[in-house]
Amino acid sequence: MSAILVAKGVNKSFGAVTAAADVNVAVDRDAMVGLIGANGAGKTTFINMVTGYLKPSSGTIRFDGRELTALPPRRITQLGVSRSFQIPQLFNSLSARENLLVAVGIVAAAAHRWAHSDLTPARAGEASDEVLERFDLAAYRDREAGLLPEGVRKLLDVAMALVVRPRILLLDEPTSGVSADEKFAIMDLVMGAVRGVTVLFVEHDMDIVARYAQRVLAFADGRIIADGAPAAVLADAEVRRFVIGEAHA
Amino acid sequence: MTLDRTTTTLAVAAVLLLAAAPFLPQWLVFLLTLALAKGLVVLGLVVLMRTGLVSFGQGLYFGLGAYAAALVGAAAEVLDAAVMLAAAVAGSAGLAAVLGLLLARYRDIFFAMLSLAFSMILYGLLVKSSALGSTDGFNLHAKSFAGITLPAGAERRVFYAVAVVAVLGAAWAVHRYLSSHYGRLATAIRDNELRVEYLGSSVFRVVFANYVIAGALGGLGGAFAALAVGHVDPETAYWTTSGEFVFVAILGGTGNVLAPFLGAAIFEAVRTVANQYAPNVWQMTLGIVMLALILFLPAGLWSLVARLRSVAR
Repeated sequence: MSAILVAKGVNKSFGAVTAAADVNVAVDRDAMVGLIGANGAGKTTFINMVTGYLKPSSGTIRFDGRELTALPPRRITQLGVSRSFQIPQLFNSLSARENLLVAVGIVAAAAHRWAHSDLTPARAGEASDEVLERFDLAAYRDREAGLLPEGVRKLLDVAMALVVRPRILLLDEPTSGVSADEKFAIMDLVMGAVRGVTVLFVEHDMDIVARYAQRVLAFADGRIIADGAPAAVLADAEVRRFVIGEAHA
Repeated sequence: MTLDRTTTTLAVAAVLLLAAAPFLPQWLVFLLTLALAKGLVVLGLVVLMRTGLVSFGQGLYFGLGAYAAALVGAAAEVLDAAVMLAAAVAGSAGLAAVLGLLLARYRDIFFAMLSLAFSMILYGLLVKSSALGSTDGFNLHAKSFAGITLPAGAERRVFYAVAVVAVLGAAWAVHRYLSSHYGRLATAIRDNELRVEYLGSSVFRVVFANYVIAGALGGLGGAFAALAVGHVDPETAYWTTSGEFVFVAILGGTGNVLAPFLGAAIFEAVRTVANQYAPNVWQMTLGIVMLALILFLPAGLWSLVARLRSVAR
């Protein structure tokens, strides 16, 4: 299987703090990859570098053979790399449907730049309603996004990231701030909607990682300390010590 | 084809204002033309405010439009109002396209202060330029419109009619624009620029486009004001003029393209009444009105109209 995302020798420093240290990783098409690590381990920094929010201090990141590191976020999104955020990034004064209309409208208005899009402005409303249904958000259709419950906001954030028809989706803690009861329901909805898309997701809940990831990357101090199948990585002594926090693993 | 409520209101207003044109007294023709001209500038401000930006320098385009129209007559000796209006729009849109490249990169107080700074640069240039009449300014007198010579004494009535069509036409165009994807996108930018970029759209381009639209509308408003008054002076670009536009925008609200005109009408009414009954404290009266509005109707007078509509439903 060929790699869709390849990071080589990626480093990122903020003054004396090293957020990424010689990160090397290749992600296969259609893979479902979990990113784990303690706070400050470098997971979100990695996602931020892939999506153009941060530029690496050195190293290269290629998506489908194309160098991403010099591109702004919107160009990276247009190439097919999309993301959700740890704190949902919504248009708070607009309704849930209007949030999706903005996303659909952007894709439809610039369809010529989105080779993988079949959206047209005339179909924007219908397409937004379809997304609301698919993510079980129809009940919140006309509610202001800023007033929605956190779990719903998370789902809407992911739904908007998917509207742009990405080939690779990066989810930054899709279940953080959500009650334990809702976590699996949210992940089931998300995973049901991302078929055919390569997914990297940052997660602190190891039960979620064990259930949904096919491969796990464990980060500590900006480095990848383990990479492999979930069972193997979660049993790794270093991972249990640095990531899961067991004192004498 | 069904017309929405705003389009219908604009069409009815245009018909009524045009039908009344032959019968209105000269002073009212003057006041209405001026109100329409200033409402147009505020309309541009509303377009900008949709993206979350407040310009304290729309006097730049108001003044530029007024002077561009007057200079077409004075320097180029073209006394056709249509050419003057076209020159005003072209000049102000052109300058906005240049300054927008810089200003579209700034937000909040930085955008507000930079826009103010540019308007004060124009003010300074006009005040120091003796060729342009310095602080006194100079007169303009258009004698034809689109090649048709106007009968003496009827010019201002014709300019009023042209202003009704142009201003309400521009309001309709802005209404269509704000109701489209790009209008929703402007609100989205006001809420969350980061998300807009991560959906693959350029925030800069939208802000830039809205800035140029606001500049063009400001210039057209300035030209109509100059045609109504028959005179231009540097006050048109002064910061108090810009402040007045912001005042009217806050007074009317940004919820609808009709709001600036409602705001402009109420502003002129309050100013006239305050001037008549409390000439020494009329600015204070305006201040009290503004204070009351911010306390009780922070979304402007239009929110009251919207509230009444929802109650009536």
